[in-house]
Amino acid sequence: MTAYSLHPQVGLRDERFGALAYHYGNRRLTFLNDPRLVGVVRTIGEYDDADAALDAAGVPVPARPAYLAALARLQQSEVLVARD
Amino acid sequence: MRVTDRLARGLDAPICLTWELTYGCNLACVHCLSSSGRRDPRELTTQELFAVVDELAEMQVFYVNIGGGEPTLRPDFWDLLDYCVANKVGVKFSTNGSRITPETAARIAATDYVDVQISVDGADAATNDAVRGDGSFATATTAMERLAGAGMRGFKLSVVVTRDNADQLDEFVALASRYGAQLRLTRLRPSGRGADVWDRLHPTAAQQQRLYSWLIDRPDVLTGDSFFHLSALGEPLPGLNLCGAGRVVCLIDPIGDVYACPFVLHEQFKAGSVRDVGGFAAVWRTSELFTSLREPDSPGACASCGSYDACRGGCMAAKFFTGLPLDGPDPECVHGYGEAALLQGSPRPLVSAGHSRPVLVPLTRRR
Repeated sequence: MTAYSLHPQVGLRDERFGALAYHYGNRRLTFLNDPRLVGVVRTIGEYDDADAALDAAGVPVPARPAYLAALARLQQSEVLVARD
Repeated sequence: MRVTDRLARGLDAPICLTWELTYGCNLACVHCLSSSGRRDPRELTTQELFAVVDELAEMQVFYVNIGGGEPTLRPDFWDLLDYCVANKVGVKFSTNGSRITPETAARIAATDYVDVQISVDGADAATNDAVRGDGSFATATTAMERLAGAGMRGFKLSVVVTRDNADQLDEFVALASRYGAQLRLTRLRPSGRGADVWDRLHPTAAQQQRLYSWLIDRPDVLTGDSFFHLSALGEPLPGLNLCGAGRVVCLIDPIGDVYACPFVLHEQFKAGSVRDVGGFAAVWRTSELFTSLREPDSPGACASCGSYDACRGGCMAAKFFTGLPLDGPDPECVHGYGEAALLQGSPRPLVSAGHSRPVLVPLTRRR
C-alpha cells in the first residue's frame, strides 16, 4: 500500500465545495470537489499508508477504491508525492 | 454540480488577480486596456502595496498578474516582487521589456515563482510597432534575448490577437521558440483606448474560425481562458469556459480601486477600494457588485441559442463597451448574433481618456 505526503510546493485552500490545490512549481491548479477527500489529503503525510489515512477519515470500505483512485490521480498531477 | 457552476457562484478568495501597479508607461499602445501613460499621484505607496500582499497571503491568493502601465517603472517594483515571493504569493508580470537589462534578467531567472510575459503584438516590427509604437518590437526582442541569455526558460510571449496579426500565429510560435519562450494569446477588448480601435482591429469572423481550429490543435498555447466565446464553434477550448469577473478573478488598479476584471475599468464595475475599511478582503467578500455577479446568469436574448452552455454569452466587458446588453450576445458571437445587435447601433458608454498622455498638436501662427 502506497504512503503519500502533500507535495511541499502545493498550497491547499478550502472552498465551500472542497478545496483548490495550487502547485507553485508547475503552476497547475487542481480542484478537489469532495470535502472528505480534502481532509484525507491534508493529513495524509501523518499516516503509514493510504489505507490508514482513509481509516482515520472514516471512509467506508465500499468507497475505498474510488478514494484510492482519486489519490493516485492526485499523485499524477503532483499534488501528492509517494514516499517510502 | 459542474466545476464551472461552482465557480460561477464565486470563491472565498480569487484564484489569482490582476494588479496594475501604475498608470505610468513609456509606450502608448493603441489598444491599452487601462489607457495608461501618466502616473497617478494617488498611486498606492510602497507600504500600502506590502499591506495588500499581506492580505492576499492571508487569503491564500495563489498568484498575482502584475501589469500596468509599465509596472517596472515603479522604483519599488523589484522589492515588491521579492516581498510577494517571500509571502508565497506567486508573481506573473507583464512588461514591454524596456527595463529588462542583463542584470534584471539574471535576477528574474534566479527567483522561483516569478513568471514574465513580454508583450508583442506583431510577428514583425512593422505589424507590432503600428500598435505598440516605434522601436517597441526591437525593445521586446532584446528583452527576450536577455532573459534567454540569463537562463530563464518558459517565459511568455504575450500577444493580443488583432485583425492585423491573426494570420501570423505560426510566426509567433516560431518567434517564441527562438527564445525558449511559450506563446500566450489573448483577446482584444474594446476597453480603455481599445474602445477607439476595436472596430477596425478586432479579428474578422473568418479569422476567429481559424483561430479556434488553430487553438484546438495546440493545447500548449496559453490563452488565459480569454477566448471562451469561441467554444460555441464546437468542442470547448481548454480552461474555464466562463466569465470569472468578481467570481474567481478581479483587478486592483494603481490607486487601490477594485474592479470586477481587468477589462472593465469603468465606474459601473468598481466594487470598492483596498483603502476602504476591511481592505481587499471585505471588497471581495461583501461588495454589492461582486455579490450580484455571483447570482446565476440570465441567458436573456441568448436563451434560445443552442450554444449558450458552451459560451455563456461571452465577455461582459466586450458587451458593455460596445453598447450591447449584458444578457445578450457577445459582439464577436460566432453565430453572428452580436454583429446583428451592433448594427442596431446602441450608444456606447463614454470612456474617459484615463491616463493617456495629452496629444501634442503643433501650433501654427495665424497670419
